[in-house]
Amino acid sequence: MTRPAGQEPHIELEGLRFQRDGRPIFEDVSLSIPRGKVTAIMGPSGTGKTTLLRLVTGQLLPERGSIRVDGQEVTGIGREALYRLRKRIGFLFQHGALLTDLDVYENVAFPLREHTQLPDCLIHHLVMTKLQSVGLRGAARLMPSQLSGGMARRVGLARAVVMDPELVLYDEPFAGLDPISMGVIVRLIREINEALGLTSVIVSHDIEEVSQVADWAWIIADGRIIAGGTPEELRGEESPWVRQFMHRLSDGPVPFHFPARDYPEDLREVPR
Amino acid sequence: MGAPATVQLEGQSLTCAGEWRLPGVAALEARLEQLSLPRGRLEISGEALEGLDVAGARLLHRLVSRVEAAGGEVNLHLCEEHRRLLELAARVRRPERLHEPRESFLSEVGRVSWEHWWEFRGFLGFLGEVVAEFARRLLRPSTARPRRFLNELEQGGVRAVPIVAVLSFLVGLVIAYQLSTALDTYGATVFLPELLTTTMLRELGPLIVAILVAGRTASSYAAELGTMKINEEIDALRTLGISPFDMLILPKLLALIFALPLLTVLAGLSGMLGGALVNWAVHEQGVTAFLQRLPEGMSYRHFWLGLVKAPVFAAVIALIGCRQGLRVKRGAGGVGQATTRAVVQAIFAVIVINAVFSIIYNLQGL
Repeated sequence: MTRPAGQEPHIELEGLRFQRDGRPIFEDVSLSIPRGKVTAIMGPSGTGKTTLLRLVTGQLLPERGSIRVDGQEVTGIGREALYRLRKRIGFLFQHGALLTDLDVYENVAFPLREHTQLPDCLIHHLVMTKLQSVGLRGAARLMPSQLSGGMARRVGLARAVVMDPELVLYDEPFAGLDPISMGVIVRLIREINEALGLTSVIVSHDIEEVSQVADWAWIIADGRIIAGGTPEELRGEESPWVRQFMHRLSDGPVPFHFPARDYPEDLREVPR
Repeated sequence: MGAPATVQLEGQSLTCAGEWRLPGVAALEARLEQLSLPRGRLEISGEALEGLDVAGARLLHRLVSRVEAAGGEVNLHLCEEHRRLLELAARVRRPERLHEPRESFLSEVGRVSWEHWWEFRGFLGFLGEVVAEFARRLLRPSTARPRRFLNELEQGGVRAVPIVAVLSFLVGLVIAYQLSTALDTYGATVFLPELLTTTMLRELGPLIVAILVAGRTASSYAAELGTMKINEEIDALRTLGISPFDMLILPKLLALIFALPLLTVLAGLSGMLGGALVNWAVHEQGVTAFLQRLPEGMSYRHFWLGLVKAPVFAAVIALIGCRQGLRVKRGAGGVGQATTRAVVQAIFAVIVINAVFSIIYNLQGL
């Protein structure tokens, strides 16, 4: 498997093994994420893409293997160091995960108020510039319940980058959005990445959008990395698995059916 | 939709036609029940069937079994496809018992006790975590959140003032009435103030407040944290580098520990006011007389004995509420279950702890 060439890695995973409730999620995952680029991690639902992000932020501990962010080992560092590390990472949740008792402005201001002693006028400027960049300056005084799904995600994005992190993790940023909001998010991810010179990691299964925005993509399945390359390279990939994923074939190495017993057998037996 | 399902009996032959599918099955079943099937050989012809599904096939199979059970014989004429479907339907096994065997009383008691034991252990684990975190915070008071604390104090304490005052006033009133009936018999109504004060300050005041707060606040903590957990807000806090313990649990815990003793004092006072009112109305003794009857030393002791319990109740209520909130699982019933469990456990814990206090006080001769 090739590595993104000529790039200094920002995140490096090596020999990662993780299981949940006795079910192995990752068998042996090694990958590196280049600094300053947009990297996508793709794979079908249930392959543990989100789990991977949680491992990177130290919310979960791997069973084996190492996770290095900025050369610093994440597994087994103390909580103080972990919280310091998290301040340098922006995280966009699938649904924005705004604090529902604060309005849009306060949500974006929240990390600043928590972690810095900045005067109010400076906080105001920072919040307004971030809201301006996601196009929601006018929505500053709305409550999260008044926002649409796409808007909530944009506010989440503004909050994720308000501390000027070096690394932003996007958890399914395109899931469940209408085409216009999707386009907006694609543009924002690209723009923010270039304007702030940060490293972006996108976890997604939306091939189209990822192809538009990512410099590099890894594909995960069955607990391991099965391919890596630029989106164009992956499209041309010959392996049946990658073909199935990139070309949206319903059946292939990934079966359509969840493992089950014989179909007639299931029909015959009435459950108690 | 094709033609409705029909069945026609002529002598020894039965003709099935139309759509033998799920929507028509109920009507068809009633029709089949009414048929008085002839003895001996029955010819069933299903060539005219326009459609058959598993439900229809089951019905057909039952018809065949009925004839065979009566000692008859059946000759079926079906197209190949329908015959295979009938074979499939014939192999459906009926569940042997429709209901799970009833759990025996003893095993139920055992299971429930085991579950409660684990619940209790879980609570002790949470208590341990909170104490450990709290000890760490004591070294660095800068992580305190005064604004959150004040907000929680208002929600859990100030807003509870009216209801605590009214209810304990009424309880004081009722207790005084009961006492004066009993004391009248012995002509000892002069002791009413002492008895009432002892009851209100030492037992009822703290208990009323704790139960009210368990109902109001434990449920709201569980619902608040549970909703935040489901909305991923708690995860969001963690990834923003903020400990949910600092931001959510600690202010709630401290606010309640601070508020509950104050509410307990209030409850004691308004309960005594209710008693004094009864004393004045029934025994025509003024409030001053009531107050003069309070033997100072004794009341003070009861006052403190009652007050000591309040922070303990507060801690338990806040911890149970928070723990249930943080344990919420995704799903529509999650938050509802958590709030219910929080209130039930909090009230249960309050009453048990109160009993433990009573035993300790008695053993110490207080």
